Parts: sequence; C-alpha cells; structure tokens
Amino acid sequence: MPEWWTYRPEDFLLFAPRVYWRMFELHNEAYWPLQGLFLAGLMGAVVLGFRRSALQSLWIGGLFALAWAFAGWFFLWQRYAGINWAAGYVAPLFGVQATLLLGAGCAGALTFVTKGRIFAASGFLALGGFFYPLLALLYGRPITLAEVFGLMPDPTAVATLGLAIAGSGRWTGVLLPIPVLWLLASAATLHTMGDDQFRVPLVAAIAAVFLFFLRLLFRPRAQERQP
Amino acid sequence: MPLTRRSFVKSAAMLGAATSLPNLACAAPGPLARTIPSSGEIIPPVGLGTWITFNVGDDAVLRDACADVMDAFFKSGGAMIDSSPMYGSSQPVIGHGLRNIGRPDALFSADKVWTSTGSRGRVQIERSRAYWGVDRFDLLQVHNLLAWEEHLETLNAMKGDGRLRYIGITTSEGRRHDLFEEIMRKEPLDFVQFSYNIVDREAEERLLPLAAERGIAVIVNRPFRQGALTRRLEAETLPGWAADIGAVTWAQVILKFILSHPAVTVVIPATTRVEHVQENLAAASEPLPDRKLRERMATYVQDL
Repeated sequence: MPEWWTYRPEDFLLFAPRVYWRMFELHNEAYWPLQGLFLAGLMGAVVLGFRRSALQSLWIGGLFALAWAFAGWFFLWQRYAGINWAAGYVAPLFGVQATLLLGAGCAGALTFVTKGRIFAASGFLALGGFFYPLLALLYGRPITLAEVFGLMPDPTAVATLGLAIAGSGRWTGVLLPIPVLWLLASAATLHTMGDDQFRVPLVAAIAAVFLFFLRLLFRPRAQERQP
Repeated sequence: MPLTRRSFVKSAAMLGAATSLPNLACAAPGPLARTIPSSGEIIPPVGLGTWITFNVGDDAVLRDACADVMDAFFKSGGAMIDSSPMYGSSQPVIGHGLRNIGRPDALFSADKVWTSTGSRGRVQIERSRAYWGVDRFDLLQVHNLLAWEEHLETLNAMKGDGRLRYIGITTSEGRRHDLFEEIMRKEPLDFVQFSYNIVDREAEERLLPLAAERGIAVIVNRPFRQGALTRRLEAETLPGWAADIGAVTWAQVILKFILSHPAVTVVIPATTRVEHVQENLAAASEPLPDRKLRERMATYVQDL
C-alpha cells in the first residue's frame, strides 16, 4: 500500500455505527430464541467443566465449536461480510477455531484443572456468557442489540478465553490466539467508531495474554497436572 | 417554449461559456451547471457520494432509506452518483434504489475499478454493472491508482467500443499527487477525482490548475472530511458573509467554497438524510464567493 503512513484507522472503517449496531438487532431477531439455548448450553458447560472427565471435555468442546461455527458462518460470513469485506477473510478462522476446540475436547483438555485457573476462567466465562448481553444497556443501547454467546463473535471469543485459560496442557496456547486476535480487531473497530465499549474486548484480550504468560511462569506441580 | 429545468440549465450553460471562468456555467443568481470539457455535456455540479453512507448490507429498512435519499437527490436536480467496489454493499444498494425509483433519465453513473491486477478488472466491472442494473456506466475510474496502467488500457478499450462514455482516475486525502499529476499529463482522461475542501487546499497548487489546462473534469470527494468538518462547525454561528452567498448552513458554505473554484466540475457529498441531500443540491446555485471572499472564508474556518 503506497504511502501507508498517511492512512488512519478511520480510512479502513467502511460502515457507519448505526449500520454496525443494526446488524446485532437484525441478528437477534433472525435467530430468536437461540440466545436462550446458547446461554443454557454455556451454563451446562461450566457445570460439566468441574467434573473433569474426558466425556465432559468432549461436550464442552462440541458446544464451543458449535458457537464458533455458528458465529463465523451466520454472523461473519452471511451478515458482517456484507458491510465489511474483510470479515469474509476472517470467517474461515472461526472454522479453524471450531476445529481446534473439537480437537481439544476430544483430547480431554477442556476441563477445569486447578482452583487458580477456575477463578480466572470464571471471570471470562461470566463476562462472555452473562455480562456481555448487558453491555448494550450499559452503553446506552436497547437490549435488542445485545451481543450473545454463540450468536455473535465478541462474547463467544471472551468465553473461549476462559475455557482456554482453565483448560489443561498445551491446548491453552493453541486455543488463545484466534480469540485474542479477534478481540483486538473488534476493539480497534469499536474505538474507530468512537464507541467506549472498545475497552471491554481490549481488556479481556490483554488479561488473557497476561494470564497465559503468568501460567507459563508459574507452572503447576506435577501432581496438579493429573486429571 | 415552456421553461423546464433542463432548458434552463442548458441556457445557463451557454451563458456560462461567455464568462471568464471557463467551467462555470452560470453567473447570474440561479441554479448552476457545469460542462464536461472533453464532451461539452452539461452536468449538475452536486452529485451523491456513497462511501460509508450506502454500505448498509442487507438491512431492508436502511436500503429503503438510501432509496429515499436517491429519490430526493434526483427530484432536487442531481445526476451523478459515485461508488466503488471497495465500498462494501454500496453498489447493490444503489441498484436497489434505482429499481425502487425507476431508473431516472438524469442518472450519471460513476463507478470505479479496484483490483490489484488488470486481468480481474473486466470481471469486476461487469459485476459492478450488474449490481447497479445499468446497461453501461457513464464513467469508470481507476480507484486510488491501483494497477492504473492495466486498468486504463481496459477502460480505453471499453470507451472505444462504446461500452463506456468517460474514463478517469481517483485518489483521496492528498495521496500520491505526484503520480496523479504525471498520469494527468500523459493520459487522455475525461475525469479526475480527488479530495478538496475549505481546509484541505493542496489541490489548488497543482491538480486543479492542471485539470483546467488539460481540459479534464474534476470530481471533488470528501468535501466534509467524512462529516468531521461539518460536525466541528455545527456549534459555530454562521458569519454574516454566508448570507451574501445564499448559504444557510455550514454544509452549503463548504460546498459553495468548493464550487467557486472554476476547475471544479462536480462535488460528491455523501449523506444518509433526505433533508441533507436537498440542502446540498440547493448549494449548487449562484451567488458563489469571489476570489477575495474565498480567502476570507478559508481564513475564518481555519481560525475557528
């Protein structure tokens, strides 16, 4: 791109904020009442996560894989790409993340291993699952514009951060990059639109990376690694 | 013969040919029209941009709102609508609007080719044409000079075959003016498009004089800096000289400033609101500021 230094973030924003937020309203209308099913599934996943068995890990992996595939195909590919052609290039990454989650689930990696990780993961799961839909109200928008786990990318990515942080072994490093990159991109989009909500995905992404490196520094003792 | 808008515009254009400003088609109070130097065709000087504003995806409510803006645009005497494959869903939204309002005869369809290789240009142009639902484009421009040599070859061939009326090149925000100028000097262009407004006046130094010298029509994009300029000014009271040029809003002040440059052919503000498109079209009227007032206007806005 010639003279790339002359470009500002606004130059890459192809749509107006009203169009961006209308997408969420239309998406909620189109897929009602799947919101409730995805949230119930997430609650079930949290409960199953404490049981620490390979079967539960498979169920959790399946649910999160479904959430990523659904958000990637129906939101990014079929809706968001209509106003932002770049979303069409990102959507396949959601398919990759869904595959990784299935792989992690099959490998028995998606159970909550230690108390410390459970505490950290609970924050992300609660934010992605239960507080994200309420952000619409916090930022002065109607609840019909709520962002819901499984239907929209941001809460799905935030909840996945919790799963990755709580999970076991090397899967954490495999499951983190795509949600973190997505949340950074989302924060940049919201910031460019002048929306204060950009802080939420930004802080979530930074916190997850921080916890990941913290975990590398303070690896659990051998007996803690046993399922 | 009854006086229709079309006959009035044509008469005004002929009067304009006698003025000292070669591209200014009307000097007396009333609506403006401009001539395209390469053909002598008359064109209304305020068009409709679609960057961001028409990128509404599949949202049926917002698509209809865009159609309402287009309807008001044509009813207010507009003609040129400008878009690009880069603008997301803007092209299909224009097509939706044209279908809804019945493809007005006044339409001057201006689009762009925006691919990194010339071989993909023809496919993209055909897709754009299908989105608009027109038989052919009036004007196709090479967007941001991307693969400009290959695309100009394609556009020249299309023009030679009668599948296109005019060709041009575009840039924005003052980028690549050196190359832009070089192409203007050596290629047979009908139109050039770049950014120019009351605070971004770099184009006055080389591009606008060169366009006048080479007989190239000028389309001005981003007249309001994507709305940032009008948002910045909206809290300020209009100065007394605004009334002298018949401007009742800051948007009209800015448009009249742009249109008062004799090398400018069409300015293409983008909007989502019917009242704004009507206000923009109303700015295409005499009186316009003279050279002295132009400097006073620019200084005033810079100092705010």
